[in-house]
Amino acid sequence: MSASQVIFYIIAAIIIGGGILAVTSRKIFRAAVFLLFSLLGIAALYFYLNYEFIAAVQIVVYVGGIVVLIIFSIFLTHASGDEMKKPVLWRSFFAGLAAVFATALTYLYITEHNFVANSAASVSPSVRNIGLQMLSTTEHGYILPFEVVSMLLLAALIGCIVIAIKIKTKE
Amino acid sequence: MNILLSYSFSSLAAYFHNWLQSIIGNGILLTITELVIVGVVLLVFLILLAFFLGYMERKVAAFMEIRLGPNRVGPKGTLQIVADTVKLLFKEGFTPDAADKFLFNLAPGIIITTALLAVAPIAFARGFQIWDINIGVLYISSISSMAVIGILMAGWSSSNKYSLIGAMRCGAQIVSYELSIGLSLVSIVVLTGSLSLNDIVESQANGWWIFKGHIPVMIAFVVFVIASTAEINRAPFDLVEADQELTGGFNTEYAGMKFAMFLMAEYINLFVVSAVAATIFLGGWMPFHIGGLTGFNHVMDYIPSSVWFFGKTLFIIFIIMQFRWTFPRLRIDQLLNLEWKYLLPISMVNVLLVTLMAIMGWHL
Repeated sequence: MSASQVIFYIIAAIIIGGGILAVTSRKIFRAAVFLLFSLLGIAALYFYLNYEFIAAVQIVVYVGGIVVLIIFSIFLTHASGDEMKKPVLWRSFFAGLAAVFATALTYLYITEHNFVANSAASVSPSVRNIGLQMLSTTEHGYILPFEVVSMLLLAALIGCIVIAIKIKTKE
Repeated sequence: MNILLSYSFSSLAAYFHNWLQSIIGNGILLTITELVIVGVVLLVFLILLAFFLGYMERKVAAFMEIRLGPNRVGPKGTLQIVADTVKLLFKEGFTPDAADKFLFNLAPGIIITTALLAVAPIAFARGFQIWDINIGVLYISSISSMAVIGILMAGWSSSNKYSLIGAMRCGAQIVSYELSIGLSLVSIVVLTGSLSLNDIVESQANGWWIFKGHIPVMIAFVVFVIASTAEINRAPFDLVEADQELTGGFNTEYAGMKFAMFLMAEYINLFVVSAVAATIFLGGWMPFHIGGLTGFNHVMDYIPSSVWFFGKTLFIIFIIMQFRWTFPRLRIDQLLNLEWKYLLPISMVNVLLVTLMAIMGWHL
């Protein structure tokens, strides 16, 4: 096994281990921390594949954004330090069943799918290329999804402001 | 004279690399050996740096308050920090009964790891850098967005009301001030057209951005220094650990070496933000050059690039240390007002101005 494979398996173990611990931990803050490790592992996987930009975005969005948001909501909940009750047996049974079937389905797809190498010339995943592609209006450009996502974010921002705004009541 | 000119950390690093290669030979062993050497050298450097900054902070404080500062242990009090470290080493590593022990002990590790990770892409001298990553600026800002998690973890797991309040304040503060930092970094990225710290330094060969970029870049520099002082929780933005109100904030329950790790992470963060400010706005290791004056530039090249880098970094650290003794601590609502009502709108308009400047080619 080469060094590269060793690194890959270490990263994969961190991702899967973090994910399993996140769903099995009975303290909610610990679950959030294990989720953090899992997401960091995915960022490490992007670094391993030399997708540095995506890796940094993964850290900014998921680790610096989503996990911090989750932790904040845990802070605001009542009795967040207590251990949660053990789940009912039939519920964990069906959850386990769902996990097994999902794994089997994914495994089936991976083994059935023929991975064909892309014949097109490879494009380096530099920030410049990503930016140009994002705003390109040609056939394989991403301008439409980009604009649609920006509209969605704008709507979300305005929604937040509307919820948070204080209307001064006249006395 | 040529030997003097060519002397640099990069040639030293290359010499070591060749020497190791001749002993071990190419292969995985060489890579691992070099990784270990880099890690050990970096840790030793940062510990010495934290010692130095601790001493410097006390001396700057004394200077601002017209007193002497530490002057008993060692010549001019230089060994004071060593004595303090020994004291911390002998203290009991205490964990409160009600604490979540796993998270309580993990938090200092997370904080120091994020601090160390952010050092990787910084160029200490010409061609002397741990990791020449092509998204350097984005990498540093993404890593520093992780620091808040360690503080939240420390504050929550102590199961102490004061710690929790400190952690909550910290979350609000770091998440908001990150925006201004990002926008002021974007203004230089727009002018350079690259996220790599090396490219940004190279682009300042004919003058540093703070001089080339006119007033908008100066505004960005001021915003960056203010916002990064808040990001690393230093006074006047130290509500996170405000000792008079919160008896120490998120690190109240920590003692001994765990507390020392928080302290060291604080100094490493101070070094990182100052080094980034020096690299982005003041040219990093690039000597003071004026476009067109070849003779003058040549004279400046005789000063080694590492001296330039550390000189600029220490200058910015000195400025940030002076803030602590100049301004009173802000209240939490004033802190958030400062960011959302002043710094953020200013830096947003500023980014537009810089973009206009870059498009029209008004910068030098």
